Amino acid sequence: MIEVVNLTKSFGDKTVLNNISGVFEQGKTNLIIGASGSGKSVMLKNIVGLFTPDSGQVLYNGRNFVNADRDTKTDIRREIGMLFQGGALFDSKNVEQNVKFPLDVLTDMPEDEKLDRVNFVLKRVKLENTNKRMPSEISGGMQKRVGIARAIVNNSKYLFCDEPNSGLDPRTSIKIDQLLQEITDEYQITTVIVTHDMNSVMEIGEYILFISNSQKLWEGNNDDIIHSGVQELDDFVFANKMMRRFKAMG
Amino acid sequence: MRRLGEYILFLGRLFKNRESFRTYTKLILDECVLIGLNSIVLVSIVSVFMGAVSTLQTAYNLVNPLIPKNVIGLVVRDLTILELAPTITGIIFAGKVGSSIAGNLGTMRITEQIDALEVMGINSASYLVLPKIIATLLMYPFLVILAGTLAIGGGYLAAQYGGVLPPAEYFQGLKLEFNEFSVTFALIKSVVFAFLVSSISAYMGYFTKGGALEVGQSSTRAVTVSCIAILLSDFVLAQLLLI
Ligand SMILES: Nc1ncnc2c1ncn2[C@@H]1O[C@H](COP(=O)(O)OP(=O)(O)OP(=O)(O)O)[C@@H](O)[C@H]1O
Ligand SMILES: [Mg+2]
Repeated sequence: MIEVVNLTKSFGDKTVLNNISGVFEQGKTNLIIGASGSGKSVMLKNIVGLFTPDSGQVLYNGRNFVNADRDTKTDIRREIGMLFQGGALFDSKNVEQNVKFPLDVLTDMPEDEKLDRVNFVLKRVKLENTNKRMPSEISGGMQKRVGIARAIVNNSKYLFCDEPNSGLDPRTSIKIDQLLQEITDEYQITTVIVTHDMNSVMEIGEYILFISNSQKLWEGNNDDIIHSGVQELDDFVFANKMMRRFKAMG
Repeated sequence: MRRLGEYILFLGRLFKNRESFRTYTKLILDECVLIGLNSIVLVSIVSVFMGAVSTLQTAYNLVNPLIPKNVIGLVVRDLTILELAPTITGIIFAGKVGSSIAGNLGTMRITEQIDALEVMGINSASYLVLPKIIATLLMYPFLVILAGTLAIGGGYLAAQYGGVLPPAEYFQGLKLEFNEFSVTFALIKSVVFAFLVSSISAYMGYFTKGGALEVGQSSTRAVTVSCIAILLSDFVLAQLLLI
């Protein structure tokens, strides 16, 4: 479980996150949603420690990451996996080396054990026989799946995804969403996904935190989201015609 | 000025909580091969011509019949070892290796590969940059020695086939009043230049913001600033160590 408590972050005199709190539970796919530029990525980066918040806490199963000492930070980092918006695969390494990388730098596992683990997670994300391909030689959807494999290879307890669907067609997007949900459930991971894709929201939104104007305006799940009564959220959810029709039908 | 401070802080970061020695050994070897392959052909070609042209031009300017022809060998030797080999190689190096370092790190920055390393708890600056700087420090002196040797060889070719002086006299000139310190000086210069090119280019690439366009700009800036740094430090070193 991850608890975010009163998180605030500004760049210069521009406040991007204002006193945001939320609880991301284990075994659930938790979503952070909001319009472009609302601060979703900034929030995620504060949670994983790529940015330091101006104030507030981020508790990983009770351990505050923000002002933890180096050893605690290292411990927590070992439990974190992250899928980046563009995949962020190391372009000088092949698929296998990319997935193996966290094991190389974070563990003392013997080489054959590492390879077994790599092949196991690659199989889990349905990518067999691509071990020796380079990131530039595989499709966007495959790159995302390699990114997921790399993020979970070290038995991560926490999985973060920044727009896992960006740049993918709707069918592939849904497959990635389903994969994330299955993995989250199967390994009881605490998963936090940043998205502005309404399909994902409806499909896997077990907990949803909505950010607008640097504040949390709503939280809930995909059953409640269409009855939120929050104007900004309605504008976001019913931005497309089909959703508006859907609402009109009741 | 602010950038200079940032650059110095960046250099400090390279040595804070590094990875294991073993990790670096492999990375350094890979970088050495890359750097060597990247620049050896161009450095060789330029060096041979540099030596040959210096020989021809010295001969052309040496019209006084009282000065023996073998002085040409001496002039070419000192010119090459003291100045041309380290400095011209440095400029080529800035163009080839510097731009590739900046481009490589810039791409890793904008595609979030650097963030990915940081999330895993790796000091990305140290992990990515230190091997490049060490590999450069190791390889560059070799390139300078190679450049010097080939340039003197190029001078011989000019003597032999350009017909400006008999090769025997050229070789005689090479041995005339030889001061070993000039070789030491060339090596000191090459270590300084190598450090400047690799660290400046790494700094430019590492702090790239934006997209592909900015990566290109970082590469160009890396080459420009490296060249200026080489020329300035060349002047300062000559002033400090030779005068
Ligand atoms: N490093 C930074 N320095 C200054 N401002 C930043 C920085 N990173 C983000 N911002 C600002 O914070 C705001 C939120 O950006 P963020 O990337 O979190 O948006 P987002 O919700 O992820 O949008 P998108 O859906 O387009 O990815 C933007 O106005 C951006 O300009
Ligand atoms: Mg974003």
